[in-house]
Amino acid sequence: MEAVKNAVRMENITKRFGTKVVANNAVNLELHEGEILSLLGENGSGKTTLMNMLSGIYHPDEGQIYIHDKPVTISSPKDAFDNGIGMIHQHFKLVDVFTATENIILGLNEDGKLDLKKASQKVRDICNKYGFDIKPDQKIYDMSVSQKQTVEIVKVLYRGADILILDEPTAVLTPQETDKLFQIMRNMQKDGKSLIIITHKLHEVLEVSDRVAILRKGEYVGDVVTKNADQQSLTDMMVGRRVSLNIDRPAPVNPQPRLTVEHLTVYDDLGVKRLSDVSFTANSGEILGIAGVAGSGQRELLEAIAGLYPVAEGAINFYDPNVDYSDPANKPKSLVGMDPMSIRKAGVAMSFVPEDRLGMGLVGTMGMTGNMMLRSWRKGKGLFVSRKEPEALAKRIWEELEVVTPSTSFPVRRMSGGNVQKVLVGREIAQEPAVLMTAYAVRGLDINTSYTIYNLLSEQKMKGRAVIYVGEDLDVLLELCDRILVLCGGQVSGVVDARTTDKRQVGVLMTRVGGGEADE
Amino acid sequence: MFDIVSFIPRAVMQGIPLLFGSTGEILTEKSGNLNLGIPGVMYVGAISGVIGSFFYEQSMGGAPLNGFLAIAIPMVCSLLGSLLMGLLYCFLTVTLRANQNVTGLAMTTFGVGFGNFFGGSLIKLAGSDVPSVALPATSAFFSKHLPFAGNLGWFGKVFLDYGFLAYLAVIIALLCSYVLNRTRAGLHLRSVGESPATADAAGINVTRHKYLATCIGSMIAGLGGLYYVMDYACGVWSNNAFGDRGWLAIALVIFTIWRPNISILASILFGGLYILYLYIPTGTHMEVKELYKMLPYVITLVVLIIVSLRKKRENQPPASLGLSYFREDR
Repeated sequence: MEAVKNAVRMENITKRFGTKVVANNAVNLELHEGEILSLLGENGSGKTTLMNMLSGIYHPDEGQIYIHDKPVTISSPKDAFDNGIGMIHQHFKLVDVFTATENIILGLNEDGKLDLKKASQKVRDICNKYGFDIKPDQKIYDMSVSQKQTVEIVKVLYRGADILILDEPTAVLTPQETDKLFQIMRNMQKDGKSLIIITHKLHEVLEVSDRVAILRKGEYVGDVVTKNADQQSLTDMMVGRRVSLNIDRPAPVNPQPRLTVEHLTVYDDLGVKRLSDVSFTANSGEILGIAGVAGSGQRELLEAIAGLYPVAEGAINFYDPNVDYSDPANKPKSLVGMDPMSIRKAGVAMSFVPEDRLGMGLVGTMGMTGNMMLRSWRKGKGLFVSRKEPEALAKRIWEELEVVTPSTSFPVRRMSGGNVQKVLVGREIAQEPAVLMTAYAVRGLDINTSYTIYNLLSEQKMKGRAVIYVGEDLDVLLELCDRILVLCGGQVSGVVDARTTDKRQVGVLMTRVGGGEADE
Repeated sequence: MFDIVSFIPRAVMQGIPLLFGSTGEILTEKSGNLNLGIPGVMYVGAISGVIGSFFYEQSMGGAPLNGFLAIAIPMVCSLLGSLLMGLLYCFLTVTLRANQNVTGLAMTTFGVGFGNFFGGSLIKLAGSDVPSVALPATSAFFSKHLPFAGNLGWFGKVFLDYGFLAYLAVIIALLCSYVLNRTRAGLHLRSVGESPATADAAGINVTRHKYLATCIGSMIAGLGGLYYVMDYACGVWSNNAFGDRGWLAIALVIFTIWRPNISILASILFGGLYILYLYIPTGTHMEVKELYKMLPYVITLVVLIIVSLRKKRENQPPASLGLSYFREDR
């Protein structure tokens, strides 16, 4: 057996936050030279914390880190650079008003005067070497998510890193962009670099990595060579028990239109067209998926329906489940020009789970009960609000959805992402809406929690509600939804039957209106 | 007839304290610290200089002053006073992560009180029969003009007829502009103000940059107070005379959209607007005078509205302005 050299070895690493939370407990991890290692674990299992200790953001309370078999102390990001470690964070660490080059050279103390031209040339050289596609003088706020990520990768390469850590790099990419990223990762591997990738998507783990290391609740469970693993075995190791990875998808029962959108066009405040002539129908008892590259108009579409985004042209009509529309005297309610308050007052039963959970969905500093009251405060009589009902609802969600929190008054901001989402989805479902809209409902959630959410949505569909699911994972869209509406650049590029289509077709529709010209 | 040749020098002299104040505040805000204590810092800068020169003049007992010491002592005292204010602000907001707005407002209250307390004490010590301290000998050194300025007609009056601190203010503003936009240090400082987490991950010491920028910014602003007493007010300190110039300096920061080089002209414009009412005959209509006094503030509001309408990203305040940074915040 040939001896493997370790690029990184972490020995008995322990990290605590405060006195109660143990994020990592005596973790041992090895990264071999020239390999791609997947780090896998549920939300809150301490993957990011562990990697942050390698990149100098956190400092371990106990344990020792070895880089190329030399013991090192990494107490700041600068120490990490000096040891050749570069981390690409899940939330990009970029300054929006700077150019790519300015971001890349940030923090470097090269000799001599600041020479942006020379730096730009060096950036261009790196891009040519690995096949990146960015302009050095472009401002970050003008870039797509994928371009921003590229800047992050170039940033660590510019610093001469030979150990790269990618924290959920694919969460925001299209399948095509993901393929490109994986190709780049392999290029880097061929160049002798060692890589760690954190991702929740098991098929990506299987596709790109050589070895998988698994964390569970802050502890190291073990590792497997990717060749010998499959989705089921990895999930079981991660969760610690057998988990069913099937989404139940019953056929829609008696679908009736609940929401129709006709020729919807909206402009943002800079006058740029965000949605152009969008038309579709959401039926009861059906999950309508909305697919598209990030920023194709998904957010604008949901917000326009919810009354949060001004509608320039078009119609949005709501069909009440308790009204018989075969009688021509009954007309659907138009939602155009209404704000959320008047929509609610008009008796339109609609719920919206926004993508920005703590910004638009919940108040971070309030507990579960307080957040339930956001939906019920107008119900009470007189000056006072009733706490009893929201308290009961909070308790119910706490139990039924297995929210991990010490109490219903514990600030939701301090819960993990999965639990925050359960609180939000739980609250919206409890309104018994006729139309339930969700945006990126499982973003950042681990596989176990994600399946809980999928099942909740399927349950809602079975209760005859119209569910709109904006998602980014095509595999899930194909398994969960009944129909998929694909958006591309603010236009509908197609509506497909999720049971008969495949990933490739949806992927092509996402990048080209109408999906013409099948190949590049 | 509007006398432009006498108006401009007075506008400039009004503008210089504002230029010092706004340059200092721009530097501070570029690090993400919204120091609303600047009016207080300028007060402390002024009174510290007054205290220094008061005791120096006293110790000389009427003998002629040494030119170097007459300038150096108040300068050093003023810089030290405002440095301490900057340090206090940093300690509270950066190290202890106190709310920046509350801290800044408290420091303004404190600085004004500090100035009036020691100002009052000096007035008593001096035993003067008017409520002010006069330091004419020191002031003479501060407001010394180029000897040939008077011989050059209107050109000399408009461009050369000022004390050295006025030129220092312009040089500092240009230097700040250069450092902020053209050097590595400036790039790092701006990144701290825009996104401290990014700067931190890039290996930039966020705390050090915030301390340095805020303290240097405070010292620059403090010089504005010193200029006001020693040059503009001819060495006469009276309590509360500095007025609301500190707030005007903060308004200038927004008006110039965080650019010290623009602030050179903008502060002169504000200085002019500040005294415009003296130059426009209003007769007995005192209320019209008050309307003219509103001009600098109205214009700041208009600029604020225009800038926020245009939504150009470069014209927005530093993204993390007013927020404290803690690396392990989860």
